[in-house]
Amino acid sequence: MIAAGEYFPLTRLSVLAAARSPDGTERARALEILFSSYWKPVYKYIRLKFSQSPQDAQDLTQGFFAELLERQLLSRFDPAKSRLRTYLRLCADSFALNELKAASRKKRGGEFAHVALDFSAAEDELRAQAIDPASIPSPESLEDFFEKEWIRSLFSAAVEELRGVCEAREKQKAFQLFEAYDLAGEENVSYGEVAARFSLPLTEVNNQLAWARREFRLIASARLRALCGSEEEFAQEAKTLFGVSTR
Amino acid sequence: MTFLSDKALERLRSSEAADFSGTRYKVREFIARGGMGVVYAAEDEKLSRRVALKVLDTPDANGELTGRLMREARILAQLEHPGIVPVHDVGVLPGGRVFYSMKFVEGLRLDRYIVQLDSLPQRLRLFLRVCDAVAFAHARGVLHRDLKPANIMVGSFGEVLVMDWGLAKILREPSLSGDETLLTFGQKANSESDSTPSTVITGHGTVMGTPGYMSPEQARGETEKIDARSDIFSLGAVLKFIAIGGAQGKSAALARPLLAICAKATAESPNERYAEVSDLAADVSLYLDGMPVSAYAENFLERFKRFYKRHEVAILLIAAYLVMRVLVLLLFRR
Repeated sequence: MIAAGEYFPLTRLSVLAAARSPDGTERARALEILFSSYWKPVYKYIRLKFSQSPQDAQDLTQGFFAELLERQLLSRFDPAKSRLRTYLRLCADSFALNELKAASRKKRGGEFAHVALDFSAAEDELRAQAIDPASIPSPESLEDFFEKEWIRSLFSAAVEELRGVCEAREKQKAFQLFEAYDLAGEENVSYGEVAARFSLPLTEVNNQLAWARREFRLIASARLRALCGSEEEFAQEAKTLFGVSTR
Repeated sequence: MTFLSDKALERLRSSEAADFSGTRYKVREFIARGGMGVVYAAEDEKLSRRVALKVLDTPDANGELTGRLMREARILAQLEHPGIVPVHDVGVLPGGRVFYSMKFVEGLRLDRYIVQLDSLPQRLRLFLRVCDAVAFAHARGVLHRDLKPANIMVGSFGEVLVMDWGLAKILREPSLSGDETLLTFGQKANSESDSTPSTVITGHGTVMGTPGYMSPEQARGETEKIDARSDIFSLGAVLKFIAIGGAQGKSAALARPLLAICAKATAESPNERYAEVSDLAADVSLYLDGMPVSAYAENFLERFKRFYKRHEVAILLIAAYLVMRVLVLLLFRR
């Protein structure tokens, strides 16, 4: 796993390119990044789309990543044709369908011992989200769901990394403020409330939050860039991810 | 790992708001999303004036996108013309995002403005001003490559400005080295309710421009074949849009010479199009003056009709005079 606080490799070489690298260490690290970013969206997606029990969804998720390696599916990905995320979702679809059709499934995924797949946490999240599979009526909604879960996965990892960066730079206060304001639950809080809670002047809250958000954006952008198949895909993804009106 | 609620995700996604702290600019409002980034209305606090800021979407220090935005700014800086939006400044924000500031144009996009103009001659004169700006850019060796009504602004005093040079191509400009092609990423030229087709993603040898306005060679991704005549194709499509009075208009209502001008400008083969923007503008001017246009060979009847229309008053006066003379002669004979 990537240690908290360790900056994500700011490299032009995408995870995809690294995953195809002849260098075994680089390839393993790239796959680790890829799996740690995608396993949770894939798991939740399989759980909902195919109405699988947690145990079966776990088997399918691990099996899918095993298949990704065994059949070298990443080498068939063409960035000109689709986004990496769409490709992986379609691969997961196809894999799950085939597995469910098969009379018996072999349990796989032992190869991923180095990637901690905390399925119980994913189940807790699904419960926290209170998602009723029946409320997802169309394939499009499931695609949106997968997209959202992928963003959640990417941002969660970036937040953890930011936490580490703040600790390393002794800026824990900035992270606490970021947590209190940006990561707060469903209710919005005001800068004033945060300032009062931390007994800080408003300007300090403003400055600390600006710094934390800037760092977060840098980290999330670096992770995003590494997970994209091309510069064009990165530009599009960055726009999709952060491209909301900022009025 | 921290579980992020939907609300937290929303906050984090909007946290991309550009951080202008420490700069001379105070952002007032979001205007639109351009090819490479976001455009804001802002106040230049040093000069106390309103400006527009185009900011790159992501921090990309020394990256490809930064290079493109900077080149777009440099192109604009070199195109000093009343019909081309002037650039004031370029810089890097504390978060690493590159931006440039330009004149804030108060007005309407052409596609929204045109529906207010009932008079065809007025609309055509407006088109001639667009041609002036594009001809100027061509004279400086710059192609726009994404001319469309949504990229043309009409200011509150009727000034016409050609915007969004993010797809511009430099044909000859020694001071702008490197890849000659400026490309913008993004599927939408404007995020606000832009009903016009949006700019297509581009890359070396791939499609760039806007469907309906880009030339066939652009649509085929034949970047090496793109020259001034590709912009002329787009201008022809814009002319048709302007002449029929917007997207809801009907081309059947247009006079044949005007239709012929549009057809010549938007010919499939570049060789069949006008060679220069000035040739297209000249034909539109001739049409406005009631003169024969190069794009259309009129028959005798049409020539007579045009002659009559052009000299209607004089012809009617002469006819009236002749009728009077005949009547007087007839009366005196009695």
